[in-house]
Amino acid sequence: MKLFLILLSAMLVNNYVFVRFLGICPALGVSKKTSTAVGMGIAVIFVLVISSALSWLLDLLLIALNLEFLRTIVFILVIATFVQFVEAFLKKTNRSLYEAMGIYLPLITTNCIILGIAILNSTAKYTFMESIFNALGAGMGFLIALIILSGIRERFELYDVPRPFQNLPIALITASILSLAFTGFQGMIK
Amino acid sequence: MASKWKELTKGIISENPTYVQVLGMCPTLATTTNAENAFGMGIAATIVLIMSNVVISAIRKTVPEKVRMPIFITVIATLVTIIDLLMHAYTYDLWKTLGLFIPLITVNCIIMGRAEAYASKNGIFDSFLDGLGMGIGFTLGLVLLGSIRELLGNGTIFGIEVWGNAFNMFAMILPPGAFLTLGLLSAFFASISIRKSDKAKKMASQQQAQKAGEQR
Repeated sequence: MKLFLILLSAMLVNNYVFVRFLGICPALGVSKKTSTAVGMGIAVIFVLVISSALSWLLDLLLIALNLEFLRTIVFILVIATFVQFVEAFLKKTNRSLYEAMGIYLPLITTNCIILGIAILNSTAKYTFMESIFNALGAGMGFLIALIILSGIRERFELYDVPRPFQNLPIALITASILSLAFTGFQGMIK
Repeated sequence: MASKWKELTKGIISENPTYVQVLGMCPTLATTTNAENAFGMGIAATIVLIMSNVVISAIRKTVPEKVRMPIFITVIATLVTIIDLLMHAYTYDLWKTLGLFIPLITVNCIIMGRAEAYASKNGIFDSFLDGLGMGIGFTLGLVLLGSIRELLGNGTIFGIEVWGNAFNMFAMILPPGAFLTLGLLSAFFASISIRKSDKAKKMASQQQAQKAGEQR
């Protein structure tokens, strides 16, 4: 039950994009078309879950050695290495998946949602399964946010948006209204 | 000397990281609930930016091309850890409110972007000026956003009362207010640059017409 609550909370109630402001840059950058948004979202879910599992294990080691202050450095290096590894692995073994996900992978290293979740799991002292579910929920929330945002932004192509508002400003105002909608979930979980 | 001055000022207006380059959106939106937090975040990022620019510029000739990314990230993460520990020791309240967003300076695109685009190609002093300018631009961008949100949401700026409780929109302090204010501000800055470029185009076409007239 607690795992389900964590999943739901990360996905909807405290949506990491619209409520906690993690991963805004890629959310605004790749949300012009739904197909790229879905590709990016799935790549993020994959990297997020595995990297938070890895960083949970490393966190045990850091705590055992009394080196908690090295958390940021260790986590970012693990994430960067893991992303590079996945990229090389996909390139060699699964060409079609690489072509679908490949261009998003280098971008993911600097996506703050990945490092953010790793650090949050560690400061909230989640257990292994709780960390995984938190990461899964965050990734799914990111995917949902991207799909909604890109669906709306695709429509804007057809409308006559005033020139100063084109591209980014109108996307930010859309995000503002969506974020208002997501605050409606607040209070569902205490 | 004029060129050095330009290195410093380009980050403040013409290449402002927040409104022109649109980098580092996450801390921009998350930490601007009031002007003071925005200022604290801006200063922390500026210090990391200056130091990372200087260090990366100093080691740029010894770093092999292929592994430069991991090395830059390690340098930045080390500096962020230093700032994190210093803020924990000396500005505990600010450290607590900024929370997660201090370690996340590591993945702030401005810092990696400047390291990659500028510090790895230019001298130490130029990189220092570039970092300082970009940092000031980022801080000003954050403080502007934070002041507007604090004024509309709470009636104060930097904790100083402006109109008190007479006119408050609580939503401005909540997440939707951050997106809305940033959207409107970036539309405002875009309209200024559009007007400028239209004027320049008009001038150019007028000059051309004049020239054509003279030739006849």
